Amino acid sequence: MSEISNNDYLIKINNVEKIYKMGNGTFKAIENVNLTISKGEYVAIVGPSGAGKSTLMNIIGCLDNASAGEYFLDGVDTKCSDNKLAEIRNKKIGFIFQNYNLISKLSILDNVSLPLLYLGYTNKAAREKAKSQLEKVGLGTHIKHKPTELSGGQMQRVAIARALVTNPQIILADEPTGALDSKSGEEVLKILEDLNVEGNTIIIITHDRDIAEHAKRLITVRDGHVTSDEMTCKGATA
Amino acid sequence: MRISQLFKIALYSVWSNKIRSFLTMLGIIIGISSVIILVGMGAGAEKEISDQISSLGTNLITVSLTKTATIDDGDLKEISSKPGIKAISPQISSNNVNVKAGSKTSTTTIEASNAAYAEVKSYTVSSGRFISDRDVENRYNVLVIGTETANNIFGTANVVGETMYVNGIQFKIIGVLKSAGTSTTGSSDDKIILPISTAQRILQTSTISTYYVEAKSQAEVDTAMSYLKMFLNKKYGINNLAISTTTDTYYRVLSQTSLLTTATSTTKSMSNMLSGVAAISLLVGGIGIMNIMLVSVIERTKEIGTRKAIGAKRRTILAQFLIEAAIVSGIGGLLGVLIGYAGAYISETFFATSIVISSNIVVAAFAFSVIVGLIFGIYPADKASKLNPIDALRYE
Repeated sequence: MSEISNNDYLIKINNVEKIYKMGNGTFKAIENVNLTISKGEYVAIVGPSGAGKSTLMNIIGCLDNASAGEYFLDGVDTKCSDNKLAEIRNKKIGFIFQNYNLISKLSILDNVSLPLLYLGYTNKAAREKAKSQLEKVGLGTHIKHKPTELSGGQMQRVAIARALVTNPQIILADEPTGALDSKSGEEVLKILEDLNVEGNTIIIITHDRDIAEHAKRLITVRDGHVTSDEMTCKGATA
Repeated sequence: MRISQLFKIALYSVWSNKIRSFLTMLGIIIGISSVIILVGMGAGAEKEISDQISSLGTNLITVSLTKTATIDDGDLKEISSKPGIKAISPQISSNNVNVKAGSKTSTTTIEASNAAYAEVKSYTVSSGRFISDRDVENRYNVLVIGTETANNIFGTANVVGETMYVNGIQFKIIGVLKSAGTSTTGSSDDKIILPISTAQRILQTSTISTYYVEAKSQAEVDTAMSYLKMFLNKKYGINNLAISTTTDTYYRVLSQTSLLTTATSTTKSMSNMLSGVAAISLLVGGIGIMNIMLVSVIERTKEIGTRKAIGAKRRTILAQFLIEAAIVSGIGGLLGVLIGYAGAYISETFFATSIVISSNIVVAAFAFSVIVGLIFGIYPADKASKLNPIDALRYE
C-alpha cells in the first residue's frame, strides 16, 4: 500500500488488532478493525464498557501501539519508537479526558503552556499562546488559578484549551462530559461542536448514545469489533 | 523541552513540597556538614601538630643514647666538623627542681647545655645573654631563666643580674628567654637553662644521653644523620652489617622531619576515619533521597501519565526527576556547607578546637552531594520515565 493513498484520510486503520497478556493467557481487546476518518469529521465511538473502545482510543491517540495491523495518522505510519509517539501526541493529537487530568500543582496557564514547552517554545511564547487559548474558552480572567479552584465545567474547558493549544489535527475526547453535570456537559459539547464547525476533526468516545448523537458520524464497537458505522441525524442534515 | 524549563519545573516541585523536600535533604545536610567539620578538625589537628614540631626547628636532629658511651669535647668537635652538621649540643634535663628567690619558691625544669644550644633549639634571649663557652668551662653558677619561671618567683620578667637559688645553690641570672608560648606538652616558658658542667655537678650526674644536632639546612638533614650514625657505630664498635637489627639497643637518631611524618600520619589516619564516617552518612542521605523520590514517583503517577499524553518524551521525564533529585541534594549540600561553617565557627570560638576548612573540601563535598542525588535519583527517575501513559492515566 503506497503512502499517497493513505494521505487521503487523516486516520486510516487497517486490520488493527490489540492483544493483552493476562496472566498466562492472552486477551484480544480489539480485532480486525478497519476505519477511516477524514479531516473535519465529527465522530463518536460508542459501545458498552469492555467493548474495546478505550483500546481503540489509545491506539488512535498513539498512547499505545497495535499488536497487528496498520495505523496511518496524517499519512504517517505510527509503528515507531516511544519518542516518536510522544512527538505525534504532542503535535497532532489533543486529548480531553473524563477526569480532566490537569496537573493540580500548576496554574491553569502553566497547564495549558505545558504542551508548548514540550514542543520547544520559550516560556514567554508558550504563555502568550496559552493565554489567548484560555481566553477563547472564556477563562482569560482565571489564568493564575489552580485547577482545584475551578468548577468541573471550567476544568474541562482548561483541558480543551490545553488540547487545542498546539493546533492538533485531531481532538480526542474520552467521555468528556462523564464527570460533569448536564449543564456543564452541554457547554462542553457546544464548544466541541463549534470547534468542528471551525474545521477541527473531533473524535469523541462515550458509552452514552445521547452524547454520541451530537456527532455527525457514529461508530459502534462491540466485543472488539466495529459493528456499525453510520451517519447520525446531524450528519445527515449537515 | 529546554533545560531551564526543566529546572523551573523541578524547583517548583521541590518548593511546593517544602517540608518533605527539607526532610529529604536532612540526610545530605547532616552528611555534608559533618564531612566539613570532621575533615576540618582533622586538618586542624594536623596543622597544630606540624606547627609545633616545625617551631622546634626542622633542621633539628635528636640523638638519644640507650647505652652510655663517653662522648668527650674532642668527639663533639669532630662531629660538628662533619659535612651537613652545623652544631651539636649535649643536653641534661631534670624535672621538678626547686627554685627560690627571696621568700618565693617554685618548681621548674632544668635544661643544661652549651653555648651552641641557643642556636640548635632556636632559643633567643629577650634581655641579658645566653650561656657562653666560658660559663661551661668554668662551671659558673649562672642561668638563663624562662619568663614564666621568672614571673613565678620574682613577679616580673625583668630579672637580669638578680640572684636566685636552685636546689639551694646560689645562681646569678644572666639572661631571660624570649617567651615561646604554650604547647601541648606544657609551657615552654617554665624552665631554667644552666651550663652543662654546672648542672652535672648540682644534679650529681655525669651521663649525658641526649644530644641535639643542627643540620646546616633541611636538605642536609639526611646527610648529617648518616654521618652521626657512622660516628656512633664506630664509637660503639658495631659491625656495619648488623646495623639495622642492633643499633636501636645502643642509640636512636631522629630528625624532626621523621617525628613530623609519624605525627601527621597518625592524625591523617584519624581524619581519614572521620571522613569515612561522614561519607557513610552521605550515603545514607542518598538512600533517603532515593526513598522519597520513589514515593514521589508513585504519588505522581497520574501527573507523569498526563505529561506523557500531552507530549513529554521519556528523556524529558527522566531529566525532570533527575534534576529534581539533584536540586534536593544540591540545596541540601549548600545548607550542609553553611552549617559546617557555622559549626566550625562555634567550636573554634567556644571550644577552642582548631578547625581548618579548605575550599577544596567544600567544593568536593558540594559536588559529591549533587552526584549522590543524581546517582540515587537514577532509579526513581528511570522508573518514572518508563511508566506507560495508559496505565499512568488510569492510576487512581
